[in-house]
Amino acid sequence: MQVRGLNFYYGNVRAITDVNLDVPEHRIVAIIGPSGCGKSTLLRTLNRMSDFVRRSRMDGEVLLDGENIYGTTVDVVDVRRRVGMVFQRPNPFPKSIYENVAFGPRMLGIRNRGDLDGIVERSLRGAALWNEVCDKLKESGLALSGGQQQRLCIARAIAMEPEVILMDEPASALDPVATSKIEDLMRELRESYSIVIVTHNMQQAMRISDDTAFMNVNSQRSGHIVEVGPTKRIFTDPQQKETEDYITGRFG
Amino acid sequence: MQSPRPSGLKSLGSTTGRFRRWWNHGDLPFRAAIALAGILVLVIVLAIGRELWAHSILPREKFGLAFLTTSTWDPVRQQFGALPFIIGTIETSVLALIMAIPAGIGVAIFLAELAPDWLRAPLGTLIELLAAVPSVVFGLWGLFVFIPDVVKPLGNTLHSAFSFVPLFDGPVYGPSRLAASMILAIMILPTITAVTRDVFLALPRTQSEAAFALGATRWEMIARVLVPQSLSGILGAVILGLGRALGETIAVTMVIGNNPDLSASLLHPGYTMASLIANEFSEATNETYVQALIEIGLVLFVITLLLNMIARLLVWRVARRFTGGTA
Ligand SMILES: Nc1ncnc2c1ncn2[C@@H]1O[C@H](COP(=O)(O)OP(=O)(O)O)[C@@H](O)[C@H]1O
Ligand SMILES: [Mg+2]
Repeated sequence: MQVRGLNFYYGNVRAITDVNLDVPEHRIVAIIGPSGCGKSTLLRTLNRMSDFVRRSRMDGEVLLDGENIYGTTVDVVDVRRRVGMVFQRPNPFPKSIYENVAFGPRMLGIRNRGDLDGIVERSLRGAALWNEVCDKLKESGLALSGGQQQRLCIARAIAMEPEVILMDEPASALDPVATSKIEDLMRELRESYSIVIVTHNMQQAMRISDDTAFMNVNSQRSGHIVEVGPTKRIFTDPQQKETEDYITGRFG
Repeated sequence: MQSPRPSGLKSLGSTTGRFRRWWNHGDLPFRAAIALAGILVLVIVLAIGRELWAHSILPREKFGLAFLTTSTWDPVRQQFGALPFIIGTIETSVLALIMAIPAGIGVAIFLAELAPDWLRAPLGTLIELLAAVPSVVFGLWGLFVFIPDVVKPLGNTLHSAFSFVPLFDGPVYGPSRLAASMILAIMILPTITAVTRDVFLALPRTQSEAAFALGATRWEMIARVLVPQSLSGILGAVILGLGRALGETIAVTMVIGNNPDLSASLLHPGYTMASLIANEFSEATNETYVQALIEIGLVLFVITLLLNMIARLLVWRVARRFTGGTA
């Protein structure tokens, strides 16, 4: 997935300016930066959830397998099936664990019980949740702990077999133990998916990501990418003074 | 848990301080007030039931259960059977619901999800205004406009197309159960629509976002997330509508034909319990007659309570299924 020359406007306010970003396959790209710099805005343009914002406008391209997802012939629904999303607060449906995971496949028209069972088990295993819930699939997803709910949301996303998974501060509402489980899980998911994760936690970006993009607001208070590169280099040898100030905590 | 208090807060430990804190904090008084209100409602309901029961002793002793199962209503010969009125009330209300529920949910979906921004507020207000139209106006409009222009032609069409179905037996009258049901449907439509729309608008954004992010179309989101999660609220809206339909008196009296007819045809006139009471209470001259009408009131009261309880049970079961068993 590649982002090319992306600008996004809320009304007349340009929230992000000229963003270019590559998300290679089987890699984790972390987006860090101070709050309000447009990280969530950028992430939501990658699966066109930004379409729902009234009076918003964007220009530039987001290429998925070489095709612009904003192209006129592209089906939004198809884009969202190929680019999954996990939100900041776990948002399982008030349905059973099983039905949460089967939600997407059912929309694809899969009705056969055996097929669904297989998808549900595979997805829950993929989200490292199977062992904890395999004997209570019929219970409500809301009865799980916060960390389990977030992994259920990840299972729900990977049940669609997306190419890319977007995560917006997926662990910020969780305790440290649940957070470290999510981080372990992300390292495993990297084998099968490309991942873009927004995080305000620099240690987390350091621990899990291959590449890191540092965003900040420019003089017009619009978000842009200051520097992007392999995570190790960004944190040990930042090329920009701004990046160095941010990661060493001398920011602002 | 006891922790040493800083000395400045000592006064809070004194009896008056503690009382003031308890009072200002308001937890207990608040709960007491709520409990009192709840008890008051219960007492009123029980008092009404007791009055109706006490003042219908004569027909209850004379006819027993036959009051509910026989169909002769003859004040002159002191014969009172309520069956046609019970059937008429239930039939018109249920038919009204069958028409108003899908329409109400449809309009609510339109208002909450599909309508362009500039249309939402005016259309919503219009529907709320419709709920405030007095029922006598609906009755007049039904009698002079709706029956000749809509019900009669519709009845003729139904009769000629399905005359072999007992529901559409002729001859086709204007004032009829069909007319009453349709007027009732129009009257309860705004209530069902307005409440359902509010329930839809209360769906957390995180829920619709979750569906869209999985590649749901707008219709899939509506059918698989919005409506299922709003079921208990929709049922609440339906209960409100049903309550209004069961008790609606004047509009129904004006368009139903007021004939205790036991035929199955919707195109024939009928009679409801509420209309009967309204029509005959002022003419009821002897004690058994008056008490028979009060017993009709008792039956209406019990049916309303029962239907409410059943509906509430449904709401409770649905709510429990959808919002997470143990949590
Ligand atoms: N729906 C919206 N309408 C208008 N402005 C918005 C909206 N969402 C976000 N913004 C603005 O865009 C900027 C970037 O926000 P966001 O992408 O949420 O930042 P981050 O995720 O980095 O904290 C902020 O200034 C925010 O106020
Ligand atoms: Mg954000």
